[in-house]
Amino acid sequence: MTISHFGAVLLFSLFMSVVFGITQRSEPKMMIRFGAFCFVLFVGGTIAASWLMWLIKH
Amino acid sequence: MTTNVQAQARPAQKITTLPPVLILIAGWLIPGAGHFLLKKWIRGTLIFVSIVAMFSIGLALKGKVYGPNTAELLDMLNFAGDLGAGLLYVIARAFDLGQAAVQIAIADYGTKFIVVAGLLNVISAVDAHSLATGRKAS
Repeated sequence: MTISHFGAVLLFSLFMSVVFGITQRSEPKMMIRFGAFCFVLFVGGTIAASWLMWLIKH
Repeated sequence: MTTNVQAQARPAQKITTLPPVLILIAGWLIPGAGHFLLKKWIRGTLIFVSIVAMFSIGLALKGKVYGPNTAELLDMLNFAGDLGAGLLYVIARAFDLGQAAVQIAIADYGTKFIVVAGLLNVISAVDAHSLATGRKAS
């Protein structure tokens, strides 16, 4: 199996966010909100870190 | 205001008669099993699918499955993470799944997927235990 770097980020973030959402909040609505928040932070943080590394290199 | 604080501090009621330790062990051995025993079907299913998929993708990416006999500190930590996957780890070891050493760059992602799947499983099992003891509301 091969996977792109961004694909790996998306899958990793998705599974992490699902489990974090379920385990860190009590109400279903808040679980979805927290899961979505985690997903955005994971993916956004990775993209931001990627650009930071690009800027350091150049 | 005092009444509100007291109401928040009061522990939630138990939702099962099963021993919480049983819930914890079941949740560790099989991802989501703790939630299934508490009749939290949707949560259990989502946890099961997420952790099994993460572990399987890690193996498919040729990730490394750590063993107990190693002298490296980081390897020991990774082994502890892998062990969190419960029976998934036992199956992977029994059928010699995963690689003994990471040989391609993408396999390092696989290794991390496997370790994180185990850590997430521990979090899920503890969450089910908290639900069983009443520490977590619902």
